[in-house]
Amino acid sequence: MAKEILMPQLGESVTEGTIDRWLVKPGDTVKKYDPLAEVTTDKVNAEVPSSYSGTVKELVVEENVTVAVGDLIAYIDSDDEDRSDKEADSSQKEEQQGQKEEPSDAEPSMKARYSPAVLLLANEHNVDLKQVKGTGRANRITKKDVEQFVANKPASNAEPEQAIENETKPSVQSSQPETSVTAGEKVPVTGVRKAIAKNMVQSVQEIPHAWTMVEVDVTNLVRYRNEVKDAWKEKEGYTLTYMPFFMEAVTQSLQSFPQLNSSWENDYIVYKKDINLSVAIAHDEALYVPVIHKADELNLKGLAKNLQQLSQKTKSKRLESRDMQNGTFTINNTGSFGSVQSVPIINRPQAAILSVESIVKRPVVKDDDSIAIRSMVNLCLSIDHRVLDGLIAGRFLQDVKSRLEGFSKKDLS
Amino acid sequence: MMGTMNFLQAINLALKEEMHRDEKVFILGEDVGRRGGVFLATEGLYEEFGDRVLDTPLTESAIAGVGIGAAMYGMRPVAEMQFADFMLPAVNQIVSEAAKIRYRSNNDFHVPMTIRAPYGGGVHGALYHSQSLEAMFNSIPGLKVVIPSSPYDAKGLLKAAIRDEDPVLFFEHKRAYRLLKGDVPEEDYVIPIGKANVVREGDDVTVITYGLCTHYAQQAAAALEKEDISTHVLDLRTVYPMDREAIVEAAKKTGKVLLVTDDNKEGSVLSEVAAIIAEECLFDLDSPIQRLAAPDVPAMPYASPLEKYYMVTKDKVESAIRDLAQF
Repeated sequence: MAKEILMPQLGESVTEGTIDRWLVKPGDTVKKYDPLAEVTTDKVNAEVPSSYSGTVKELVVEENVTVAVGDLIAYIDSDDEDRSDKEADSSQKEEQQGQKEEPSDAEPSMKARYSPAVLLLANEHNVDLKQVKGTGRANRITKKDVEQFVANKPASNAEPEQAIENETKPSVQSSQPETSVTAGEKVPVTGVRKAIAKNMVQSVQEIPHAWTMVEVDVTNLVRYRNEVKDAWKEKEGYTLTYMPFFMEAVTQSLQSFPQLNSSWENDYIVYKKDINLSVAIAHDEALYVPVIHKADELNLKGLAKNLQQLSQKTKSKRLESRDMQNGTFTINNTGSFGSVQSVPIINRPQAAILSVESIVKRPVVKDDDSIAIRSMVNLCLSIDHRVLDGLIAGRFLQDVKSRLEGFSKKDLS
Repeated sequence: MMGTMNFLQAINLALKEEMHRDEKVFILGEDVGRRGGVFLATEGLYEEFGDRVLDTPLTESAIAGVGIGAAMYGMRPVAEMQFADFMLPAVNQIVSEAAKIRYRSNNDFHVPMTIRAPYGGGVHGALYHSQSLEAMFNSIPGLKVVIPSSPYDAKGLLKAAIRDEDPVLFFEHKRAYRLLKGDVPEEDYVIPIGKANVVREGDDVTVITYGLCTHYAQQAAAALEKEDISTHVLDLRTVYPMDREAIVEAAKKTGKVLLVTDDNKEGSVLSEVAAIIAEECLFDLDSPIQRLAAPDVPAMPYASPLEKYYMVTKDKVESAIRDLAQF
């Protein structure tokens, strides 16, 4: 039968060799230890001896070709009993693998043995682990399983905005006929709705909410946006909305007021290093709150682009769990469905949530007692009163207001 | 300019460039002169720089001691220990003098010395020519221990070591010398000591390793890609002091951590990596931290099958990653 001849190790630290010349050709009869080829390495010149007696069947490597130590160079037909190194290797490997797999077969179910990472994730996203399918060894639930689960049921993070949406539903949806629900019908509460309900209740019961509102004159901003929006659309391929402007102002103000970018964790108030903006994006039945991470490192264009991508992902249901994680402050576009005032519920464990209401034209009395038609918007803020007081909240809103009112043209290129 | 060269040529180039750059740099060691070193790491340097490449007697404590003295007086010695195994007679000089003189003299003296030493097995070196000694120096504040994993890193890190103001042990895997090839810029560049390097991004399993094992980890990761197992590989580059931040970040990335070394398992530098992870990010772990290392036996066996059994290989790393991915 055909035996393999491998490139031998011809000295310390030698890892490859070049076949200079074959000393045999297919059909030649060789005895064990007869030289088969001359080989050069970067250290020595040597001959490759035959490991078997028999007939040369095939020369696999051509002359002047360099091959690694252990590579196949020729076949010899031989009846010798020796096992080549390679066979020995593979049988050893099989033994090792066999040994390894045995205990795992006998293992009891790992379904209820949770790793710290799994528990942490489940806690963060209010996941009932009993509903998660484990794909790990012995049905263990892995971190990835939970991430997958959260990604497929993204509403657990979406509750505050969803609640607001419900509050304002009558006015928004009056123009659309209710298709699926008829009066008097009982609709069972789904997992998503249930999770939202649970989180809403928990947030309201746990967090002492305080609420405040400012009105902001955004006439300059509106003018500017109207000026550039066509060019923007042409250049960037998507519409420039007002949201990125508000997001930019809020992010800048959060840097001055880190108290609002924090969370209450029993004995500690944790001030977050990054500013990760949770942004509400509505889609069909559910409302998602994906996160723009490190918003403080983005300019207006970056924010607009991120928002656009997240909203695309939401629409095509391609949001991943990492898109939903680690938000530190929520900004909510209630204006998009006509609201002029709202009392948002905080997105736990964040410390505050801001609603941007509709921009409306109103007569405004100016400092010199003249009356002007201006574009006005209300910003509504709910805060966790354990973390901060009205004073800081008020200053924060004033800061956002002055940034928006002082808006000047920017270079968006 | 970029050239493909092996690990050894990258070391040689770094030495040559540093000797041109700074006339205070000199080399001392056994057979480093006319002979060019047993592995030829200093080949051609004696011809080019003459007396700045010194052949020493077979006295490792003197190689270290002479280097320390010269360094304290402003020179930048690069000492070669022919094999890491032979460093043991020099340990007193390295640990008690080189590592401590800055502290002891309140900054009056310091030792900008590099000690290069080939380590590791897999080349039929048996017990006196195969040992890994990094763990022995891994709790000596004042020392830095650097172990490169590619020709590119070897050049950049050796230059950083030579320019460092304090003693650096620079371990080179002798099997890497001719095995590893890669692009190495012929320009001057330095890789910072103390910073680990993500050599591959992945999200199923994190491998943290250093030296030649980084190469095996990359090979294993590439093979496992076909099975849809995505591996994150962090190369420590410097094993003392360790880059805690990078270790924690890499561990958090997947929550499943495999630590790989070709040193003996117990008390290896991996133990410190595991401790850092346990201290900093227990709650991000999704599996027990796993170690893949050489068995705890006194020496590298000479017999070929036993040597093979002892060594960490691509296949062993691959099956350990697969095992963890399935956990």
